[in-house]
Amino acid sequence: MRNLWIIASREFRHYFISPIAYALATMLYLILGGIFFINIYYGLQTGQINPDGRMVIGPMVTILLFATPAITMRLLADEYRMGTMELLLTAPVRDWELVIGKWLGAFGFLFVVLALTWIYPLLLHRMTSPGIDQGTLLAAYLGLALAVGAMLAIGVFISTLFRSSVAAFFVALGVMLALWIIGGLSSGAGTGAQLAGWLSFVDHYYNNFYRGVLDLGDAVYFLSLTALALFLGAQVVQARRWR
Amino acid sequence: MIEVAGLTKFYGPTPAIQNLNFHARPGEIVGFLGPNGAGKTTTMRILTGFMPPTSGTARVAGYDLVDQSLEVRRRVGYLPETVPLYPEMSVSEYLAFMGSLRRVPDLDDRIDEVLEQVDLSERAESFVGNLSKGLRQRLGLAQALLHKPEVLILDEPTIGLDPAQIIEVRRIIQELGRERTVLLSTHILSEAQQVCDRVLIINHGTIVAEDTPGNLQSQLAGAERLTVLTSSSNSELMRLLQGVPGVSSVRPGGREGEVELATAPGRDVRPIVARRVVEAGLDLLELRSAGISLEQIFLQLTREENDSKAGG
Repeated sequence: MRNLWIIASREFRHYFISPIAYALATMLYLILGGIFFINIYYGLQTGQINPDGRMVIGPMVTILLFATPAITMRLLADEYRMGTMELLLTAPVRDWELVIGKWLGAFGFLFVVLALTWIYPLLLHRMTSPGIDQGTLLAAYLGLALAVGAMLAIGVFISTLFRSSVAAFFVALGVMLALWIIGGLSSGAGTGAQLAGWLSFVDHYYNNFYRGVLDLGDAVYFLSLTALALFLGAQVVQARRWR
Repeated sequence: MIEVAGLTKFYGPTPAIQNLNFHARPGEIVGFLGPNGAGKTTTMRILTGFMPPTSGTARVAGYDLVDQSLEVRRRVGYLPETVPLYPEMSVSEYLAFMGSLRRVPDLDDRIDEVLEQVDLSERAESFVGNLSKGLRQRLGLAQALLHKPEVLILDEPTIGLDPAQIIEVRRIIQELGRERTVLLSTHILSEAQQVCDRVLIINHGTIVAEDTPGNLQSQLAGAERLTVLTSSSNSELMRLLQGVPGVSSVRPGGREGEVELATAPGRDVRPIVARRVVEAGLDLLELRSAGISLEQIFLQLTREENDSKAGG
């Protein structure tokens, strides 16, 4: 377990010296700040500001859909490309410690980035009366954290498959988009639609968490997706030793 | 120590190493020699726990390589052929990361010690990405030594170093080899001759020879050669030295006044040759024994192996 924290903290620190992380954070805060400003500006024009703390969450989810593959693409692909995987795999580190450590480092970084976006709902809360619904906001953020955890785990798993981080980015993006748009097939009847609904990221996030409802089934969906992706990642690392 | 029995590794249908058997004791430096693609790196990667063998067994530092891989990895220091480093880290950060993964006690002090050992103390705060190839190689070596491993596996440890650094690294390896088991691969045959207690020559994934450099030389030397250079002409010198007891053949050398003598193994004919040249009134300019080198043994063995494979 100690190795897991060592790897996670190295990854976490690495994000703060990497240009990708700063580019992502700048883009995220600029877009969210712009959206927040426009909402407040028009609200002040009409004399009515919508006290919905989630005004930045919707756009943030879309940005994160593209940002998480960018964050995870290099995690293991670069270790393979640079040869440092040889160093890690000959150190007394278990394969799963390596994979979960990488994921945890990336999750820690995004957690900090997401925590800072809380400033917008806080500002909105002070500008409106009686303020925003904190419970709904908390549920939306909790769901977002679970969804981000799952997206990062998928990204980490896909990063174990490639030596090229660009390839890892596009494949991870493709998988996440597929899980996103598959929800569109869930409106019909039959097993296929049921399956699509069960797999859909959108349904599991927007149907409950986003509305302020904590549903155990949705939490289990995101947690099991995270666990499955990390398990597969560790299996791939082990399998690649045999090549 | 290292004990290898029947070690085999296939990449798909292609065998990289086949049925390797060897051992290395504590306090012994074993050199691994072979042409490119012979299976040296594959063997080293297996022994460090990077990849499992297809079949066969190996025990490193008393632990089974497959069943007790973590224990093996705790006790092995490894310098891969291409030193893997994180360019964005400083030298000391890199060693701190690797040392914490290996649970090195008193890590800060130990980092100072190994940096001094490989003469990198002044670059402790430099970014790894800014280091020259030679300095990176030394940092890789520092990483391999950090946890005071019982077994050191070094893949081409002096590659990319300048002559002074090569001498220094060889000295470090010899020093480490007094207590630890060291397995090193090299293309520089004089390095193996100079540093190693024992040499394994590998070709096409199998060991074709195994002995001390000295024994290999005496086993394979056959006839020894002697080069003689005088102030006379080649033909005069050849006539003079034909019939010297112990000389089996005489042939002209590459320069005027030079001949090469083939002598029976273990027979030193230099005093007789020197006397005969001087008594004939010639100036003796050079008298040199040309024993077979490890390079020649290596070429001879790998050529024999290739020829036998080609012959079916």
